[in-house]
Amino acid sequence: MRYVEPHAHMVSRTTDDYIKLVQAGCEAVCEPAFWAGFDRSSVKGFFDYFSQLTKYEPARAAKFGLPHFCWICLNPKESEDIKLAEDVLEIMPEFLDSPTCLGVGEIGLNKNSKNELEILERHIEIAAQRDELILVHTPHLEDKLKGTKLIVDAILNQPSIRPERVIIDHVEEHTISIPRDKGFWVGMTLYPVSKCSPQRAADMLEVYGTERIWMNSACDWGISNPLAVPEAAFELRRRGQTREMIDKVIYQNPRTFLSQSPKFTL
Amino acid sequence: MNNTENQQLVDFVELGFMDARCKLIDVAAFLDRTQRAGQADDYRVRELKKAITCLDADNPERAKQVLLSLSDPTEEPIAIAPGKGAAGAWEGSHSS
Repeated sequence: MRYVEPHAHMVSRTTDDYIKLVQAGCEAVCEPAFWAGFDRSSVKGFFDYFSQLTKYEPARAAKFGLPHFCWICLNPKESEDIKLAEDVLEIMPEFLDSPTCLGVGEIGLNKNSKNELEILERHIEIAAQRDELILVHTPHLEDKLKGTKLIVDAILNQPSIRPERVIIDHVEEHTISIPRDKGFWVGMTLYPVSKCSPQRAADMLEVYGTERIWMNSACDWGISNPLAVPEAAFELRRRGQTREMIDKVIYQNPRTFLSQSPKFTL
Repeated sequence: MNNTENQQLVDFVELGFMDARCKLIDVAAFLDRTQRAGQADDYRVRELKKAITCLDADNPERAKQVLLSLSDPTEEPIAIAPGKGAAGAWEGSHSS
């Protein structure tokens, strides 16, 4: 089995996890910028973090022959502080130019506040100006439905962004159709308790089909499973799905979307 | 073979019944536990009990309806983020 892990926060994982990913058939890992679990006190913290994503983490993954790509942004959990957000937006271009950076992400909303929305719109402007791919984080739990609608509207308000160059991540049964019906790609996150189980992800693939969709583990510093994608592939096999169907969802689809960036090669 | 044909060939009851049975009993035990502790009035417990009524639906969209039932139904951005976390149920209909 081969697969691409399109969303994993490897800075918060041990080196053992790189070995497990490679042994499970992972052929590339992609790491969006996210919240570190605490608020960084200044733009210098982000400079260091973006350096980690673009320099140190690819080197760590390369020790195991695993290509590592990243996405750069200010996570919505830290966009309530507009001044800090503006400072971070200013240093982003240098890191977006990195040879392993695939685009702007994971941007989005967290609590659906006005400041979060303003900073989301600023990120969308940057992506439009630079013709970057976009990876979107949708809010958690009770905030997901409203946030998904606000995010889709904000992106569609920027006419130069083509929906096929945007993936809306963390969809669930109540939100999957909102972006898909508008031509966006969608991601299902396999995360214990708070997002999708492998069984529910398999259900959604059977109900909604396999076009413009991927699965990811989003493994981070929380309780999460870096091998969630192979586990979901196992669930699909239990259900009698073909090897071709599984390969499309866990390998070909992420490769197709990510290859829209010339920097993504396998 | 399309997905619908494939689904009809799979014994989903055999694959998932024991797991679903276990989770249902866990939900029942959670409601018992919170009631015994005098916590059944917590808005999250009340919203969970409301969401459980979605299981009685006839169409195969129960998971979607449960998620919708637990979601913030409003459409405008809020003034300021009250924090970073989410609770899993919308408190809005309970706040005065």
